[in-house]
Amino acid sequence: MSRASDGGARPGKPDAPLLSLRGVRKTFGTGAGQHVVLDGIDLDVAEHQCVVLVGSSGSGKSTLLRAVDLLEEIDDGQILLDGEDVANPWVDANAVRARLALVFQQYNLFPHLRVLDNLTLAPRVVHRRPRPSAEADAHAILEKVGLTHRARAYPDQLSGGEQQRAAIARALVGGPELLLLDEVTSALDPALAGEVLDLLLALRAEGTTMLVATHEMRFARQVADEIVFLHEGRIHERGTPTQVLDHPQRDATREFLRRLG
Amino acid sequence: MSDDAREGRTAGHADARSHGDGRSHGDGGSQGAWTPSDIARARTAYRRTQRRRALLVAAVATVIVLGAVVLVVTNAPGWERARDAFFSPQRAVEVLPEVAAGLWLNLRVWIVASVVGLIVGLLLAVLRTSRIPALFPLRLFAIAYVDVFRGVPLLLILLLVGFGLPALRLPWLPVSAAFLGGLAIVLTYTAYLAEIFRAGIESVHPSQVAAARSLGLTRGQAVRRVVLPQAVRNVTAPVASMLVALQKDSGLISILGAVDAIRAAQIATTGDYNFTPYVVAGVLFLLISIPLTRLVDAWSARQGWRGQMRGIAGAGALR
Repeated sequence: MSRASDGGARPGKPDAPLLSLRGVRKTFGTGAGQHVVLDGIDLDVAEHQCVVLVGSSGSGKSTLLRAVDLLEEIDDGQILLDGEDVANPWVDANAVRARLALVFQQYNLFPHLRVLDNLTLAPRVVHRRPRPSAEADAHAILEKVGLTHRARAYPDQLSGGEQQRAAIARALVGGPELLLLDEVTSALDPALAGEVLDLLLALRAEGTTMLVATHEMRFARQVADEIVFLHEGRIHERGTPTQVLDHPQRDATREFLRRLG
Repeated sequence: MSDDAREGRTAGHADARSHGDGRSHGDGGSQGAWTPSDIARARTAYRRTQRRRALLVAAVATVIVLGAVVLVVTNAPGWERARDAFFSPQRAVEVLPEVAAGLWLNLRVWIVASVVGLIVGLLLAVLRTSRIPALFPLRLFAIAYVDVFRGVPLLLILLLVGFGLPALRLPWLPVSAAFLGGLAIVLTYTAYLAEIFRAGIESVHPSQVAAARSLGLTRGQAVRRVVLPQAVRNVTAPVASMLVALQKDSGLISILGAVDAIRAAQIATTGDYNFTPYVVAGVLFLLISIPLTRLVDAWSARQGWRGQMRGIAGAGALR
């Protein structure tokens, strides 16, 4: 929380956090098969803050991130970006998505494009940037994630860790105000996960605003201003890493942490 | 044979036991310097024997089958007459120029029909998968079109187009048999190609669209930049085999009277009841279609390069 206040108030937007969820509800299916994935979620992410979502698979972490990126329509509640409710269907979703960046568990790189073209696609197509300037930016970001030598490679020629770093680079290209990370290391072995987590720690140190879903508790402890424990679509427990991870108050949290070992 | 095989395996097994640890050979040397252990050598020798035996069996089987075919055909009561009527070398040389000239028409029809079919087919597939409300009537049209032209035999379409359209007496409509025949083929093949392209579009995993939309691309931009390139790659092989089939079916325009290779051969057979021209036409078609299929196979094998990711999760799925 301290880092959030360090970031200071943005001009014109005095106190509103960058992202606020209010009573977000999402169900899948209808009738008897209906399944409540998100059941009234309230959440704030201030600028330069990092909020980490933890919870077992199926607790709604991915759905929540996808909903923020407007890839899922929510049934009820508000998703406020700088105070504007972007869950309203009349809001320009493409404009909202251009301000956010979602990194997927399975990378979702475009297999038919080289790494460099994966990075420059959105700048060229969405922002109509000329190729040379888009590529100059892309090269700068590739250098940051340590993939300069892989710019000409196709995604399936990269290791899993390199693919995920390329996906993170692609997400960073537009200079997003908020980085959404959906279990970005769970498809990787510990060594490859380590190189991705190091990159995320570096981004965090630069003050990148993040909303992260992860199973890596050590990483969560390192980056989180707030940890939110999701259980069956509800926020079961929340607080600083010390509060939630070291002194959990609820049985479900304790059980979850015990199973992670 | 199976006795030998078992023996071989037993021998290798005994070998392994008597020499203990098979790795001992490699341990002493520096990295990379490897002498195969006795176990490895026994396995290699066994595999080599098996391969030789397989080659031998294949050769013997081929000789037996070919010999049987030749025997049956040459001993047939009508073989002498059939040989003269179908395989007369001098008749073949005589008719070659006419049949080859006819084949040139087939090739032109094939190329034009391929280009038009590919473009319109892709367009129909995109229309059919689009969700733009204004395009709804076109979407309906695409569905109806594919249903009709895939459901009616090509021969019937040929006859309807070939004899029906000229009956309208439209002054601007060319009524040459080659044009009308080509049109009928395009109508049918476009429907098939549209379905193949649609399957390709649907084989691209939704997560690819999600990634594109997440980057701010509109639905249309995502389709054009992300979905279609992958969709087309995914269906190169079936599309190519469709084009090979189209090359053969270009011969069907002969029923409308266009003088293609088949029609030229037919004309050459009238009078003397020598059917060698048909064989000549068949060989000419093979001369085109066999290299074409090989080319397509080689090309789609090379396409495998970008298919590895797909290979893991199965048909077109990238997750």
